[in-house]
Amino acid sequence: MEVYLDNSATTKCYPEVAETVTKIMCEDYGNPSSMHKKGLDAEHVVRDAKETFSKLLKVGEKTLFFTSGGTESDNLALIGCARANKRRGNHLITTQIEHDAVINTMRYLEEEEGFRVTYLPVDENGRVKLDALKEALRQDTILVSIMYVNNEVGSVQPIQEAVQIVKNFNRNILFHSDAVQGFGKYRIYPKRMGIDLLSVSSHKIHGPKGVGLLYVGENVKITPIAYGGGQQKNVRSGTENVPGIAGMAAAASLIYQDLEEHTEKLRSLKARFIEGVQTIEATKVHGITDERSAPHIISVGFSGIRSEVLLHSLEEKGVYVSSGSACASNHPAISGVLKGMGVRQEFLDSTLRFSLSEFTTQEEIDYTLETLYNCVPMLRKYTRR
Amino acid sequence: MTFHSFLIKYGEIGIKGKNRYLFEDALVRQMRHALKDVDGEFNVHKAQGRVYVDCEGEYDYEETVESLKRVFGIVGICPVVKLEDQGFEQLKKDVVAYVDEMYPDKNQTFKVEARRSRKNYPLNSMEMNCDLGEVLLETFPELKVDVHKPDLMIHVEVRDHFIYLYSEIIPGAGGMPVGTNGKAMLLLSGGIDSPVAGYMVSKRGVGLEATYFHAPPYTSERAKEKVVDLARLVSKYSGPIKLNIVNFTDIQLYIYEKCPHEELTIIMRRYMMMIAEHFAKESGCLGLITGESIGQVASQTMQSLAATNEVCTLPVYRPLIGFDKQEIVDVALKIDTYETSILPFEDCCTIFVAKHPVTKPNIERIKKSETHLQEKIDELFDEAIQSVETMIVK
Repeated sequence: MEVYLDNSATTKCYPEVAETVTKIMCEDYGNPSSMHKKGLDAEHVVRDAKETFSKLLKVGEKTLFFTSGGTESDNLALIGCARANKRRGNHLITTQIEHDAVINTMRYLEEEEGFRVTYLPVDENGRVKLDALKEALRQDTILVSIMYVNNEVGSVQPIQEAVQIVKNFNRNILFHSDAVQGFGKYRIYPKRMGIDLLSVSSHKIHGPKGVGLLYVGENVKITPIAYGGGQQKNVRSGTENVPGIAGMAAAASLIYQDLEEHTEKLRSLKARFIEGVQTIEATKVHGITDERSAPHIISVGFSGIRSEVLLHSLEEKGVYVSSGSACASNHPAISGVLKGMGVRQEFLDSTLRFSLSEFTTQEEIDYTLETLYNCVPMLRKYTRR
Repeated sequence: MTFHSFLIKYGEIGIKGKNRYLFEDALVRQMRHALKDVDGEFNVHKAQGRVYVDCEGEYDYEETVESLKRVFGIVGICPVVKLEDQGFEQLKKDVVAYVDEMYPDKNQTFKVEARRSRKNYPLNSMEMNCDLGEVLLETFPELKVDVHKPDLMIHVEVRDHFIYLYSEIIPGAGGMPVGTNGKAMLLLSGGIDSPVAGYMVSKRGVGLEATYFHAPPYTSERAKEKVVDLARLVSKYSGPIKLNIVNFTDIQLYIYEKCPHEELTIIMRRYMMMIAEHFAKESGCLGLITGESIGQVASQTMQSLAATNEVCTLPVYRPLIGFDKQEIVDVALKIDTYETSILPFEDCCTIFVAKHPVTKPNIERIKKSETHLQEKIDELFDEAIQSVETMIVK
C-alpha cells in the first residue's frame, strides 16, 4: 500500500488540471504579449485565471500577479514593498516561525539593505504572541508579515486580530501573509480582512509546480525585483507561465468546490489519527488540535527515535511523511518552530509531520497507524545507548 | 592556435621491457574509452614508440584535454601543430608564427629540439636546431638561448608526410594504465577517504570493484545515491566500477544486541571486511582497498586495524595509511569527490556508535564477544550476501 502523507510538501496534481495544462502547452501555446490571435488566446487564458482568483479571493483582477511560486511571491511582496516604502521607515516585523522564503528574505533585507527586523515569538501552541506584536510596532514600521498557517505544526495564526492591531496603530503599515498552507483550506478574503499582500502557491493545492500568485492591494506601493519586458503592469516581468497559471486556476476552482465537505473529512481523519497515535507510549502531538489548527497537518514527536529513522521505516512500508518541514529538512537543523513553541528537548529531533489531502482515505490512516504500532516499539529497542 | 594532434608522454610504461606493448595497448584502450563521449573524431594510435591522438576535423579542445588528464599512465599531454612539408624556408616562417602566437611575452629563454624520423630530409637535426634558432633570435630580439634549462622547449619533428611542432606539456594523471594490474575490491562508504583510496590504487593500473553497506531505515536512499555518485566520480579515472550494495541492518542490530557496545564498531567492521572479501574472491579481485589512515578515528588505531585485518586472507591495501586528513582532502578536491563526500547523510558506521568506543581492542577479547553471535550470525551473513544489489557504475 502506498500512502502519501506529505501533502504540505507538495500534492498530487488533479488529473483534470494535468489535462488543462497539457492542452494549453500543445494548443494554446501563444505568448500573451504577441499581437496575433495565438497571443490573444493565451491572454484570454491568463485573464480567465485572474477572474477565477478574483472571485475566490473577492478582490479586483488588477490586484493579482502571477509568479513562479510561493517563494517568489514572498520575495516580491517583502523586498518589493520594503524598497518602495523605504522613505516611510525601515522597520519590518515578522514571526520566528515563518517559512524560509520569508525568514531568509527578511534576513537579506536586514543584512544587505539596512532594514531593522523584529521576529515575534510564539506561544506553546505555535501561535504568534499578539502582545509581542503590540510592543514591536514603532513609528517607523512599514510592513508586518505573518503566515496564515504554519507549515510544520499547522497552527493557524490569529491573522484578523493581528491585522487589527497593526491597522489600529497605523493604517499605513502594510500587512503581508504567506498563505501557502492556508489557501485551499480556508476561505480567505484579503481585502475584507485588511491584508495588503497575500502569497499563494499552486502545487500545494493539487496544481502544477512552478507557479504561484501574489495579491497586492490596490494602493500598495511595490517595486519589481526582476526587470524585463514589463509584463503584469511592470511589477513582474517575464512571459507569463500560461499553462501553469491555467492549471493553478483550475486546481483552485476544484479545491474550493466542496471545501467544507473536504475540510470536515480532513478533520475527522485528523482526529482519528491523533486518537490512534496517542495510544503509543511516549508520544506527543504538538500544538493544538482543535479548530484553531489546520485540518491537514499533524506534528507528532516520538520520544527516543530519530525522526529520519522512523521516516525511512515508514517509507519501507510505503508511507511517505516528512521530518519537520520537508523544504528545510535537507540540512538537519532542529526545527525553529518546535523550539519556539518550547517543545521538550527529547522531541526536537524526533518529530514527524503527517499532512493529509482530500485524497487521503480512512484505510490509509489506519494502515499508517498500524505501521507505526509495529515500527515504533521495534526502533525503540535499538536506540542509541 | 588550432592543434591537430596530441603527443602523449608516458613515463613508467617506457621501462617495462618486453611487456611494454601490453602497457601501451592498455593505455591506448583507456584513452579511446576516455575520448568516447568527447565531441570530435579521434584516432588514437601508436607510432615510432609514441602514442598520438590525431583529431580529424572539429573537436572540443578543453574537453579533450580534460578527458586525457584523467587517463592513468599519461605523464604529459603535448598539443601538436601539424604542418605540411613545404620546404625549410616555409618551416622557418611557420615556426616563427607559432612562437609569436603561443608566447606573447618574448622575454624568455628557449631551445629548439629537432628530430627526424624521415632521414632524407635535406637538413640534419643539428642544422635544423641552428637555423631555426637563428631565425627566432633574429625575429624576436628579446628571446635568449639556453640549451640547459630553457623556459621554452620547441620541438620540431619531421615525419613521413608532415612536420609536427609542439612546446607545451600539460601534466597528466601519472600512474599506469588501468587493466595492467588486475583488480581489487574497494570498501566504499560515503566519506571523504574511501573514494580517494580507490583513486590511488587505481592509479597504479588496478581496476576497481566496490562494496557499500547500507542500513535502511537507519540510512536513507539518498545516502545510497551519494555513494553511487561517488563511485561514478571515481570511475572517471578508473573506468567502470562494479558496485555491490549490501543490506547490513540485520547484522548491525544483532551485534548491537549481543555484543558490548564499545566493541560494536570493530566487530561490525570485521564483518564488513568478511563480506567484501566474499565478493572480492567471487569476482577474482586480488585484494581489498580501504580508506583507513592510522589513528584517524577509534577504529583506525594500529590495534583496531590489526583486529579488522585479522579476518581477511586477501591483502588489504590502505593507500592513505600515512596521510593526514588535509592531505586526503587535497586529493579529494583534485579528483572532485570532496563536494559529494561532505553531503550530510548518515552512513551506517556512525548510527549506533558508542560514546567511548574501544581504541585498543584486544583480538582475543573481540573473538570472545563474537561467540555471542554464534546462534544467528551465519544465517544473517548469508542473508546479507543474498541481499546484494549489483550495478555497473560508469
